[in-house]
Amino acid sequence: MSKPAAALPVSGTVQQEPVQARARVKTRNKDFKQSDLAGYLFISPWLIGFLLFGLIPLLMSLWLAFTDYDILSPTTNFVGLDNFERMFFQDARYGRSVAATFRYVFASVPLRLAFALGVAILLNTKRRGVYWYRAAYYVPSIIGGSVAVAVMWRQIFGREGVVNAVAQMLGMDPVNWFGNPDTALWTLILLAVWQFGSPMLIFLAGLRQIPAEMYESASIDGATAWNKFLSITLPLLTPIIFFNLIMQTIGSFKVFTQAFIVTGGAPLDSTLFYSLYLYNRGFANFQMGYAAAMAWVMLLVIAVLTAVSFKLSSYWVFYETDVR
Amino acid sequence: MQNVQALPAKNVQQDKRKKQIRDGLIYHLLVGLVGLLMLYPILWLVSSSLKPADEIWTSVYSLVPSTFRFENYVNGWRGFGGISFLTFYKNSFFYTTVATIFTVTSSLVVAYGFARIKFRGKKIWFTVMLLTLMLPDQVLIIPQYIVFSQLDWINTFLPLLIPRLGGSVFFIFMIIQFIRGIPIDLDEAAMIDGANQFGVFYSVILPQLKPAFITAAIFSFYWTWDDFFGPLIYLTDPNLYTVSIALRNFSDSTSVTDWGAVFAMLTLSLVPVFLLFIFFQRYLVEGIATTGLKG
Repeated sequence: MSKPAAALPVSGTVQQEPVQARARVKTRNKDFKQSDLAGYLFISPWLIGFLLFGLIPLLMSLWLAFTDYDILSPTTNFVGLDNFERMFFQDARYGRSVAATFRYVFASVPLRLAFALGVAILLNTKRRGVYWYRAAYYVPSIIGGSVAVAVMWRQIFGREGVVNAVAQMLGMDPVNWFGNPDTALWTLILLAVWQFGSPMLIFLAGLRQIPAEMYESASIDGATAWNKFLSITLPLLTPIIFFNLIMQTIGSFKVFTQAFIVTGGAPLDSTLFYSLYLYNRGFANFQMGYAAAMAWVMLLVIAVLTAVSFKLSSYWVFYETDVR
Repeated sequence: MQNVQALPAKNVQQDKRKKQIRDGLIYHLLVGLVGLLMLYPILWLVSSSLKPADEIWTSVYSLVPSTFRFENYVNGWRGFGGISFLTFYKNSFFYTTVATIFTVTSSLVVAYGFARIKFRGKKIWFTVMLLTLMLPDQVLIIPQYIVFSQLDWINTFLPLLIPRLGGSVFFIFMIIQFIRGIPIDLDEAAMIDGANQFGVFYSVILPQLKPAFITAAIFSFYWTWDDFFGPLIYLTDPNLYTVSIALRNFSDSTSVTDWGAVFAMLTLSLVPVFLLFIFFQRYLVEGIATTGLKG
């Protein structure tokens, strides 16, 4: 690390430098082993946690996926691919659960990101009061995952809830939001979209990185606000859009609490999200072998989707280093 | 550049100012109204928690109760099944505090290892760690449940707390980023003075990690306070219920008669979250903006 040039007899530290350098060379080998030990000691909490609560359960659930394990029954049989066969060909509820999950993910994630980006652009200004607006738009996200908000949502869209009260005030008929498969799913999508705060803050941070001169020179060239958005903001934000897309998609596939509390999967399994159905199978019916097989399919789907997104990203994600 | 700007005549500049004021008005009207719409459900919840019983479903959309009924809070606090919310709050605070201490302490230690120490296999482990971010919990829950139930840990807080000793990958990653921003000269100076890695971590790095520490602690608090799935499967004894599990039972729509009390308890459960948000907004915003932590 210390450059040999520093050892030139110019400064007053001349006498110390070579001594230190020599000492370093001598102990390098021993140091390396010591730092190995120190490194593993420091990361050991994570490493042990990963082995005990990550890797071992992962392998266990892979094994369970090929069994009929039931926590209440004393015998466990190896059943080969039976769980998967049942899942894909016999279990109609499984199909509905997959459909509900995909509908939810592919509707809520783009909407959420669109809102997040739109509001972030609106808030990316030095106007007065922006600080308060940012807080107001972010607040739903800090409480959104809670049971309290889920219960609140259920009551807002209930038969006698606020939404119907407003509808009636405007002369419309009240809607049974949770009685119809389409509207029930949309109440949950709306709940997800309402919580666009985190991607919004990430977009805001990204927008602040875009140099103001780029917009200024575009203005001089006569670009409209829309032009500037399309040819400056959007391309420069693609890495952040990509990051948000991946994180939000993975997060949406795992949604549980909202569906569990607000709709319970009803009506007609239209909101029976994957993790909710998995919970029902594993913890209400105790079919843990089947649930483990479901979990592994989920893992593979997420892995494949992520890999495909990364592959496709080279076509639309623009990194500044590309031009340099 | 200068010449171009100097060209316009005076009245053009006046027009420009007028346009600015008009744009500002439109901006605040739009952003303010949508902001209010965003907050409306929360304001509605708070106001419903103060309304008299007969008013909750009759003037549903109104945000101002005719009289403020703070009794809703007293009635709600009594809880259900002979267990008051005092028990549920104690459980939640216990779970949240211990889990946060475990998670954050471990994350700090692990982050230092990855950020500052050179050791064989570091790259591989770091990659493995980042990959675990994509791992859905669902794939781990079932085997974990089986093992914990064989250890007789059901209806204790152990299955919820012990895994936290491994730290959280999100926090580890955030703290690594933070440590990388600290100049390495101080470490080297301390090393020359004879400090080992533990000394450097404890007396050089740790004191500078306060902002990262606060951010991690707040997020850990949020996630644990709101945690529903863990307590749902591991805690079946009502005496061990956390607030989120208690709220779910308390608000079971088929049995509720006193909605004012339910709304009061829902509102109360959000208070700790709001307080932290008010006091530590800066840390939250920075934490999300720099590492994409989810709120």
